[in-house]
Amino acid sequence: MSRRPYVREMSKTTWYMRNGRYRVYVLRELSSFLVAFYTFLVIYALSVLAAGSAVQWNSFLASQQGVGMIIFHGLALLYFLFYQTFPWFKLAPKAMPIQVGENKVADSKIIGAHYVAWIVVTAFIFWLAGVI
Amino acid sequence: MGTRQLELEVMRYDPEKDEAPHFQTYSVPCNEDWVILDAINYVKDNIDTTLAYRWSCHMMVCGSCGMMVNGEPVLTCKTFVRDLPDKVRIEPLENFPIERDLVVVLDDVMQKLHQVQPYIVRKDDPPEDAEYKQTRGQLMKFKQLTMCINCMCCYAACPQYGLNKDFIGPAALALAHRYNLDNRDQGKSDRLDILADHNGVWECSFVGACSEVCPKHVDPAAAIQQMKVDGAVEFWKQRLGIPGDKS
Ligand code: SF4
Ligand code: SF4
Repeated sequence: MSRRPYVREMSKTTWYMRNGRYRVYVLRELSSFLVAFYTFLVIYALSVLAAGSAVQWNSFLASQQGVGMIIFHGLALLYFLFYQTFPWFKLAPKAMPIQVGENKVADSKIIGAHYVAWIVVTAFIFWLAGVI
Repeated sequence: MGTRQLELEVMRYDPEKDEAPHFQTYSVPCNEDWVILDAINYVKDNIDTTLAYRWSCHMMVCGSCGMMVNGEPVLTCKTFVRDLPDKVRIEPLENFPIERDLVVVLDDVMQKLHQVQPYIVRKDDPPEDAEYKQTRGQLMKFKQLTMCINCMCCYAACPQYGLNKDFIGPAALALAHRYNLDNRDQGKSDRLDILADHNGVWECSFVGACSEVCPKHVDPAAAIQQMKVDGAVEFWKQRLGIPGDKS
């Protein structure tokens, strides 16, 4: 009797088509492109600001306020909410379980604390930006 | 009790004859209260004695009957016929080499389980005439992680392991975490090198597939994320010269 194990290679290019779970995962990871985009946007905005020209700064602001850009930002926000914020908050009690005495703190409390912190930070940023 | 005719499409591979695996279909009269393992046993007993597969306890304890059923890694002893369509595809666990038919080669994960030192490591001498004490609270910290039966369904589900066989993977990392969390253990620093290696916890991208398929609710993905948090805290402690926790 001879051993000759058969190896099924996982395709390096199409592996994520294997099941729905992998596809959701890849969609989550693809949001990194948006993160990169917003990083460059902020760097660009800072450089315009640093240049000190009001004309340039105002035209940059205007470029972000067109209908197309607003739709883009809105879609990006939804994408982040559904593929990052909500799933990560849901997973928070797994990554950071808290045990008091013999019992684990309920998942809902840990998740709730994240939402409260999120709202507080968002409100602070809005206040800083003069929106509220 | 009603019976239902099930078409089992079973992956076959004979290392002495076949170049590659192929499917063979068996028509099996199943009782509605059967699990897939019963159907496979029926094939072995009544249709084809050459079919090779592993099983032992038939009650979710031994961890040997893990297979892909319609693309999902499951214990066939807890996968009921009544929850499945009339056509069922059965394959050996994904991400492992096939030894024969439904039997896979597990050498790699066995070595990985061994590698994480899955036992209590002590730096001092054991107390004479006494046991190491543990409170219920201390036990609850890791009890869930002791439920693992090494069925390796998590490895079959993990895309990172599929892509990189050097990744230590979910069950072995969860096992390492189980001992790291045990108050009687002092081996955390010994395990750190393996776990913090690029094939350790950081290779996991938190797909979470492992936890979804785990039949014993061990939640290896959670254990791995906790180790990442741990690892990051230890890293900064070392940088800032703060002594680490136990050992
Ligand atoms: S963690 Fe779960 S799926 Fe993985 S080997 Fe253990 S029992 Fe099986
Ligand atoms: S959470 Fe990590 S270990 Fe689990 S399936 Fe995903 S990548 Fe693999």
